[in-house]
Amino acid sequence: MINLETPKKFKAIVHSAQQAAENVFRPISRKYDLAEHAYPKELDVFAAAMDGMNAGDKANAAGAGKLSQAAKAGDGVRNGANMQSVLGLEALCWGDVGLALSLPRNGLGNAAIAAVANDEQLERFDGKWAAMAITEPGCGSDSAAIQATAKKDGDHYVLNGEKIYVTSGKRADLVVVWASLDRKVGRAAIKSFVVEWGTPGMELVRLDHKLGIRASDTAHIVLSDCRVPAENLLGSPEVDTKKGFGGVMQTFDNTRPVVAAMAVGVARAALERTRELLDEPGDYDRPRWQQNAAAAELLALEADWEAARLLTLQAAWMADNSQPNSKEASMAKAKAGRVANAVTLRCVELVGTAGYCEDELLEKWARDSKILDIFEGTQQIQQLVVARRVLELSSSELK
Amino acid sequence: MPKLDPQGAALNALTRVAGLPVVQRLGLDKALERTVFHGARAGFRAGSVARKRFKPLIDLTKPARLPKASASAALFDVSLSDEQAMFKDAIDRLVDDQLAGAARAADEACATPDALLQQIHDLGITMMAVPEDAGGAASERSPVTHAIIAEALGRADLGMALAALAPLGVANAITRWGTAQQQATYLPLLAGETFMPAAAALAEPGPKFDPFNLACTAEPHRNGYSLDGNKTLVPLAQSAAFYLVAAQVPDLGPRLFIVERESHDIEPRAQPAMGLRAAGLGQLHFSNLVLPEHAMLGGPDGAYDHQEFVALSRIGMAAAAVGQCQAVLNYVTPYVKERKAFGEPVAYRQSVAFMVANIAIELQGLRLLTWRAASRAEQGLSFVREAALAALQAADKGMEIGTNGVQLLGGHGFVKEHPVEQWYRNLRGAAVATGPMV
Repeated sequence: MINLETPKKFKAIVHSAQQAAENVFRPISRKYDLAEHAYPKELDVFAAAMDGMNAGDKANAAGAGKLSQAAKAGDGVRNGANMQSVLGLEALCWGDVGLALSLPRNGLGNAAIAAVANDEQLERFDGKWAAMAITEPGCGSDSAAIQATAKKDGDHYVLNGEKIYVTSGKRADLVVVWASLDRKVGRAAIKSFVVEWGTPGMELVRLDHKLGIRASDTAHIVLSDCRVPAENLLGSPEVDTKKGFGGVMQTFDNTRPVVAAMAVGVARAALERTRELLDEPGDYDRPRWQQNAAAAELLALEADWEAARLLTLQAAWMADNSQPNSKEASMAKAKAGRVANAVTLRCVELVGTAGYCEDELLEKWARDSKILDIFEGTQQIQQLVVARRVLELSSSELK
Repeated sequence: MPKLDPQGAALNALTRVAGLPVVQRLGLDKALERTVFHGARAGFRAGSVARKRFKPLIDLTKPARLPKASASAALFDVSLSDEQAMFKDAIDRLVDDQLAGAARAADEACATPDALLQQIHDLGITMMAVPEDAGGAASERSPVTHAIIAEALGRADLGMALAALAPLGVANAITRWGTAQQQATYLPLLAGETFMPAAAALAEPGPKFDPFNLACTAEPHRNGYSLDGNKTLVPLAQSAAFYLVAAQVPDLGPRLFIVERESHDIEPRAQPAMGLRAAGLGQLHFSNLVLPEHAMLGGPDGAYDHQEFVALSRIGMAAAAVGQCQAVLNYVTPYVKERKAFGEPVAYRQSVAFMVANIAIELQGLRLLTWRAASRAEQGLSFVREAALAALQAADKGMEIGTNGVQLLGGHGFVKEHPVEQWYRNLRGAAVATGPMV
């Protein structure tokens, strides 16, 4: 039966996440926005507490690190790890997106490991913090064009290349690096490799200074003849041109709804604060054109926000129920990314001078939100994915 | 304008439709002839129903109310129930086989043929909504099912959906708030075998209409109430046997009144609009019309909730708009793949493909908003906020989808050989007219 409410079984964890957002993240939100690259040590204690909470319930543990496409279990409807992560991250990002991204042991690399690692790897990398390294100076959205190479040498792979925009790249224990086994073959040859910090040949070049999410470190990494054990390759080592990109790309079906949820969270923060500052609690009866312009605008923003939130929950629900969700994951990410950006920017405008100053967090949220319409696939990439699926066109037809 | 006999109006409409070149060119004339036969037959029945003086048809000692849904909703779930899937399937087939093909003619005629309304009615939509004690088959409220039905019908034509479902909205209001006598009088007819035209009349002429600040008034009178004011964009205005008219009552606020068309010699004025023409829109004018005391829905001591009436009607409109938006997506998708420019399908261009992607995205967002509002209503949770948000997205994104549907066809979208211009006109109405209460 159709029910789009937060499931009862997750109400407690959503409540905890909201409490953490309010009492752990918000008090230090401005501090680490100003002190870019400083390590938010307050999060260590919080992460330990979170690990403790999750330890009792592995299957439903929160955080992007624990996501995987659920195996079909029985006939009933499932609300599982994907739904819970989406709900948890939405609440945490209401507190602070940058800090939520900096949670130890909950990196995007962890999501990749959860999605494609074998049992031996899952055990070996358990409890480690894993970052994800895809983007290069010369390629962003076009991840099939990456230049980094991996060459088999005995029971090792030798990695060479340059990676940028690696979230938590310095703080993490591991970096999941995308590299090509054979650049002539194209996307089918692209594999992901787990590289532990301390492995000779992987060096940190610098940390970037950014528009927003400054609490999160964004690393630039160089790999020069970096030797990685062959058993650190995630997924199949075969170059199968028929299967193509599947292995590495399927991670996105699980992580895009999570990033969409982050966008939903920061947008909610801005909407709530703006309603408070403008003293506009929302009149849902009278037509908007009977209300003042700011109230009418807030209603329209809220409707957009709610649509984004429901698309996000739907995409996670499909993953939990073993339904293919590439299209819906991209729909959620496209809608939530653009809505979060539009909402946070409009809220600064509505609140005006007070919204623009650092005395309020509104201006920060409007800076933080921009990345959510870019990373994990830009707005345009999401539209491309949706368009190809809706129109049933190949990547050579719809370029 | 002279008052039209309902049967005369139907014949008049059919004559005009039969003369349309598009009907002959598309080979619709044979289908139309069959429709005419059934339409004429149903027209007699509808005509005789409309002329009837209403009286209780069954014994009801107390009002038959429907409880909120009994099924537990512990989990987030986006799956239709078996009953909902069954309704959707049946309507989808009817839309593809008959309704979509008849939408252009209904738009031109400013009326949906009675035969088609009867065929939709034959699916048992209203019967399944009316409580068992009042001649139907329902045992609990089902706003989600009604939203799914509105969505499925909206795919044929938003105006047609408003006409077909206007009596369902009326039945839902009488079920929810009517007295035992009102239920005994009207519900068995609405749930009966013959499509019984009836419609709610909420919207009023003039700019910036506010459903919570009605200009139409019902003043207490020694014989009941004196109704004064105007109602606009009323579906099935010319054929309705009775209306549910919203009017401001001193000390009570907005209330609904059952106004029988024949008994009160109401003379509706046909009111063709930009779109939603298949709904048979009309305007009602009341000048100190004296209504009996029992015309007030639920009576002065009843629990009528205007806020809920407005919100449930907003859900009905948003749901039907979702269906109309789905029609746009279904139509432009093959079109942009077939239409060639610069040597290849226009769908190969991102500027075109991304518009289609955005239609799909906004459509699904609107659908989920509408479902959530309906499902909250079904479960007995607050739903006024959710209904308002669904209505707002229907106004904003529904129209965006409507205008992009035309844009994607270019000049071909602007001419009547394609249905997208009709859907464009209809979707503007989603922000203006009143939907059926779910």
